[in-house]
Amino acid sequence: MLQPYATPVERIWYWAFRILCTLVVLFLILPILVIVPLSFNGGSFLVYPLQGFSLRWYQDFFTSAEWMRSLKNSMIVAPAATLVAMTLGTMAAVGLTRAEFRFKSLLMSTLISPMVVPVVIVGVATYLFFAPLGMSNSYLSLILVHAALGVPFVIITVTATLQSFNRNLTRAAASLGADPLTTFFKVTLPLIAPGVISGALFAFATSFDEVVVTLFLAGPQQATLPRQMFGGIRENISPTIAAVATILIAFSVVMLLTLEWLRGRSEKLRTTAE
Amino acid sequence: MTTSAAPQAPILTVDGVPLKTQLHRAERMNRIKSLALIAPLAIFLILVFIVPLVAMLKKSVDNPEVHDTLPKTSAAISHWDGKGLPAEDVYQSLIADLQVAYDNQTMGDLGKRLNTELPGYRSLINKTARALPFDPKPASVKAAMTELDERWGDPTYWQVIRRNASAYTPYYLLASLDHRIDEQGQIVAAEPEQAIYLDVFARTLWMSFVVTILCLVFSYPVAYLLATLPTRKSNLLMICVLLPFWTSVLVRVAAWIVLLQSGGIINSTLIHLGIIDQPLQLVFNRTGVYISMVHILMPFMILPIYSVMKGISPSYLRAAISLGSHPFAAFWQVYFPQTVAGVAAGGLLVFIMSIGYYITPALLGSPNDQMVSYFVAFYTNTTINWGMATALGGLLFGATLILYIVYSWLVGANRLRLG
Repeated sequence: MLQPYATPVERIWYWAFRILCTLVVLFLILPILVIVPLSFNGGSFLVYPLQGFSLRWYQDFFTSAEWMRSLKNSMIVAPAATLVAMTLGTMAAVGLTRAEFRFKSLLMSTLISPMVVPVVIVGVATYLFFAPLGMSNSYLSLILVHAALGVPFVIITVTATLQSFNRNLTRAAASLGADPLTTFFKVTLPLIAPGVISGALFAFATSFDEVVVTLFLAGPQQATLPRQMFGGIRENISPTIAAVATILIAFSVVMLLTLEWLRGRSEKLRTTAE
Repeated sequence: MTTSAAPQAPILTVDGVPLKTQLHRAERMNRIKSLALIAPLAIFLILVFIVPLVAMLKKSVDNPEVHDTLPKTSAAISHWDGKGLPAEDVYQSLIADLQVAYDNQTMGDLGKRLNTELPGYRSLINKTARALPFDPKPASVKAAMTELDERWGDPTYWQVIRRNASAYTPYYLLASLDHRIDEQGQIVAAEPEQAIYLDVFARTLWMSFVVTILCLVFSYPVAYLLATLPTRKSNLLMICVLLPFWTSVLVRVAAWIVLLQSGGIINSTLIHLGIIDQPLQLVFNRTGVYISMVHILMPFMILPIYSVMKGISPSYLRAAISLGSHPFAAFWQVYFPQTVAGVAAGGLLVFIMSIGYYITPALLGSPNDQMVSYFVAFYTNTTINWGMATALGGLLFGATLILYIVYSWLVGANRLRLG
């Protein structure tokens, strides 16, 4: 922080640093701030100044059969993929933290790898794999691949939470006669719930925002919301896109706030456990 | 002092088993249970992720057309040394194979494949297949075929079949690296007008490098500010960093187009302020791709640097300054070296993610700004050339894999943190 006795050079550096940071933060949030007002614009072009307030683009979105179908598809695929990723990922994270064995870090790296393999490659590979099985253009293949892409996030968040989990609690439960399943659902899961839920949120966001694999695997009947947006942006950006974008931004704000709240809770858990 | 002279008996558990054995048994049971918990996910990922990837890699060297459509010819031609013309039995095998292929309607893929090697081949085999069977049966099939079309008397056409008689080929992988196998079987550089992929790979690496450096330059100060601000303010700043992170990539791409287009907000503001007369071309070129990629990837840089900086005590820097070091020297020699781990982690992560980018260049770039992923998608969706799509994809995958191994080794995949 700037001290009262700072030299002029230090003052200049301090303010230069502050201005740079402000510009960077502005850069980060500017696109989001700019597109929201445009969705309420009365005119048909995405330019400022605004020409009066109107909800016509939202009406456009909610009455368009194509947009509604894509919303429905996203609401089928994303929750299903999240459920698969959350269940398998949490089980694996528990397994990874409860014992030491050889090649554990290699196994961990492999389980996290779907996060870093370029999505285009995942798209081509899964298309080539599922098409001969007659499973391209199906919800099932889309859900399975989206789940695979979401799994790393669940593993990362749940193992992080489990590291601060007091293992004596499960030992106590076991010594009092609870079987492992009861112990997990009555003792472990309630305590690691913040980690599981934030992992699930990440997995949901991954699927809900995924467009490349969907481009390869989904037919027009399975087009999700991002797929529909991709087509819209490519052809020409209409204000309807701004309305969809605003709805999605509102959605991400809700997810972010939930996550921050959960983080507060798990921090509280960590301090009480110590 | 009394010491027992008797040899120490092993400590036994209630069941009479030595404690050590029992402990080993318990630990083994625990390991088995752990692996059983990991198994469902491992099996799931093998089926949905790893098997498709391996199958894709295999497909990049697959060469089924000649081998499967002309099985007899493929077997017969292996005895030919490639000089002069092949023997009569090769000609006989070819007409037998072509008749079967014509009846089964499998000529299409074969013609397409041969035509990529030698233009005009498709029409040659179609013409030949239509003329079959020879009637009356000629004494020499070789003479009859050469009479039908003199190209069958040209060894070049037979060398193409000989080169592709095997079920596997390095053709696509070589083509992805701007090389080919010539008539003599030597690996040579491809024709200049077809040699585009090395440029594409170089461009991909260069653009990823630029994006990584830009991310680093802008993220480092913000991470420092996050780590040094009082909690309440830093939480607010953190939300500003995480909000774009949680916003859909397509929403941000759309927003950048709105901001950067020639009639967009940035240009009209600059013209209004009298800084420029003509709108700047900020989008549908390299600038637009860089701006949006940096915007999307910056949180992946800020978060690892921030988490390292949070663990550094400010007293080190104060101590250095109080001992007479210049503040810049103190920062450079005391503070920065402690953050190198975070910089390496963030930089590698951003670089790994950049080289696979597809959406942003596709929507915000010109044809000259497309990266490898674009060509993978192009060969898959537009021209349906699986060989090229999987070969380019395989090379991109290899590059990613190497970088990821470096990352796991340097940083540790289990040290990844989100938010």
